[in-house]
Amino acid sequence: MNKIEVNNLTKIFGSNPQQGLKRLNNGEQKEDILEKTGMTVGVNKASFNVKAGEFFVIMGLSGSGKSTLIRLVNRLIEPTAGEVLIDGVDITKMTKKELIETRRKKLGMVFQQFGLFQHRTVLTNVAYGLEIQGMQKEERQKLAQKAIEDVGLKGYENSYPNELSGGMQQRVGLARALANDSDILLMDEAFSALDPLIRKEMQDELLSLQNKLGKTVLFITHDLDEALKLGDRIAIMKNGEIVQIGTADEILGNPANEYVSNFVKDVDRSKVLMASNVMKKPNVLMTEKSGALAAVRKMEDAGASSIFVVDKENNFKGLLTIDDAIRAYKSNVPTDEVLIRDIHTIHPETALNDLFGVAVEAKYPLPVVEDGKLLGIVSRVSILSGLVLGKDEVTSS
Amino acid sequence: MNYFHFPLEDWTNRFVDDWLLPVTGDFFEAISDGLRVFINNVTDLLIAAPPELIVLLLVLVAWKISGKGVAIFALIGSLYLGSVDLWSAAMQTVSIVIVSTLISVLVGIPLGVLATLNKTMAKVVRPILDFMQTLPSFVYLIPAILLFGLGNVPAVIATFVFATPPAVRMTTLGIQQVPADVVEASTAFGSTKWQLLYKVQLPLAMPSIMAGINQTMMLALSMAVISSMIGAPGLGSVVLKGISTVNVGLGLTGGLGIVVLAIVMDRITQGLGQKQKQ
Repeated sequence: MNKIEVNNLTKIFGSNPQQGLKRLNNGEQKEDILEKTGMTVGVNKASFNVKAGEFFVIMGLSGSGKSTLIRLVNRLIEPTAGEVLIDGVDITKMTKKELIETRRKKLGMVFQQFGLFQHRTVLTNVAYGLEIQGMQKEERQKLAQKAIEDVGLKGYENSYPNELSGGMQQRVGLARALANDSDILLMDEAFSALDPLIRKEMQDELLSLQNKLGKTVLFITHDLDEALKLGDRIAIMKNGEIVQIGTADEILGNPANEYVSNFVKDVDRSKVLMASNVMKKPNVLMTEKSGALAAVRKMEDAGASSIFVVDKENNFKGLLTIDDAIRAYKSNVPTDEVLIRDIHTIHPETALNDLFGVAVEAKYPLPVVEDGKLLGIVSRVSILSGLVLGKDEVTSS
Repeated sequence: MNYFHFPLEDWTNRFVDDWLLPVTGDFFEAISDGLRVFINNVTDLLIAAPPELIVLLLVLVAWKISGKGVAIFALIGSLYLGSVDLWSAAMQTVSIVIVSTLISVLVGIPLGVLATLNKTMAKVVRPILDFMQTLPSFVYLIPAILLFGLGNVPAVIATFVFATPPAVRMTTLGIQQVPADVVEASTAFGSTKWQLLYKVQLPLAMPSIMAGINQTMMLALSMAVISSMIGAPGLGSVVLKGISTVNVGLGLTGGLGIVVLAIVMDRITQGLGQKQKQ
């Protein structure tokens, strides 16, 4: 079932929204309505749905209506028309009381400028949502404490927001949204105010938190790279309308119109391509217990100076160089004694961008490992060719 | 420019004589009686208490809230008031200031809150505040005498009218200055309007509200002096006596006393505001 379902959601700002709506329904353009009536169409018949556990990103430039749209979802802004179903219930038809209850139990929100309460400590900021529900102090502080630990802010419970850096403040914002244990997180440009490095760190942590906690995330951003990195699916907005919804691959590979294709033209391919896109099958493999001589022969056959070692279940064990293998053969010791185990491994979803530094330093190809299993290897050559050729060419070659 | 005659003076007087006094006289008398008891109790308390005790408390409070400098100044100022024999006059002025500030704050802050919640309310309140602040303060004294007689009570009423606007305005301003995203955050997590107000808006508006209280108190002090003209006892009447007898020395002695009160009250209430900010 869809966690969030948005149908024909429309917001018109101005003196007589219903009249504006009539004009809109008669097919008048947003620009004409503005010119004739002075009313602004903020969001124009937006429809999309978000599945439970999905990370859904709405991406658009400033003025595209994305911030209005996310506020229509929890009715911080009253919609002019359309419906928003949260777990199948239309929030636009709720009474005040039902709306407050839904906000308390089902919708957490994170803001661009953090929106923290400066007069409260980190702990009481995080506990705010529970406090207004009337939860007892001890219980709400326990839950808040857990959320604070989840976002890595342990030890800062009694600090005030203005004593923290921007990145840490936004962790507080995130913890406050997590503490309520609502299924849905609404994130309005949550990382846009942060430095690039901190932003990246927060993105990674958000992804792992979402994996762990299984939240449904509706994330707003103006940054296409961020959208591509985070979103299971992405909706692109322009002028209050959603122009395309799709996965990163669909949007990059199949832009719905010129606007989208102009947009994605400039995408830094290195940020989209991941290690799994450019990795190759390891050319040589052996089990840990194989003799040194067999290893040397395999390397000879492959023309390689090193070999990755796995066990029967394909669990990654380490790296054997040709020099070590020969030494082991001469002194007659088992290969697992000369194995280099302390080797840098990378995750299949590591962005190519992040591999440069590692690849330059590494003497040998990088093993791509997930859950202990060796999936493939990435060489310096494949990183560079990935950047030059792009995703399709690499995966098809 | 005299195209037609606008008999505002006659109308006003007829309104006061024919309607206001006969119809509402009892009502105002009741208020007057209640208020008189209250003011007299405060005054009696301040005068009857040993001055040393009051000074000790004052110095301690000043120290705690505003630091050593203000505490020392409060001590020296108190010694001055005692040495020129103006202690009880000062206490009379202080009690008028305290009572009228209290009423101003009790009326002003809720009014300021209402003005932020309700646009119509804001539209009604604003011109009234403008009127109250710009009308020369002496003008209030006349109806105050008519309705409340002479002495403490009309002084407090006139002072209340004169000193309330900053309490209202600064409350409204403080609440409006709470960042929009903070209000949004509170609402998004499911606050009721009331929870938003007392858990978020009022605490964040506190520095501004405290600044409003400070201004109210300063205005109250200046009005308490002026209201000596309608028989309010205190430092103002000392100055008034100095004026009417052309006694420069007496005028200066009383005037300095007012300065002492003003500085001490100002620094302590400002200190409270600073504390709120941290």
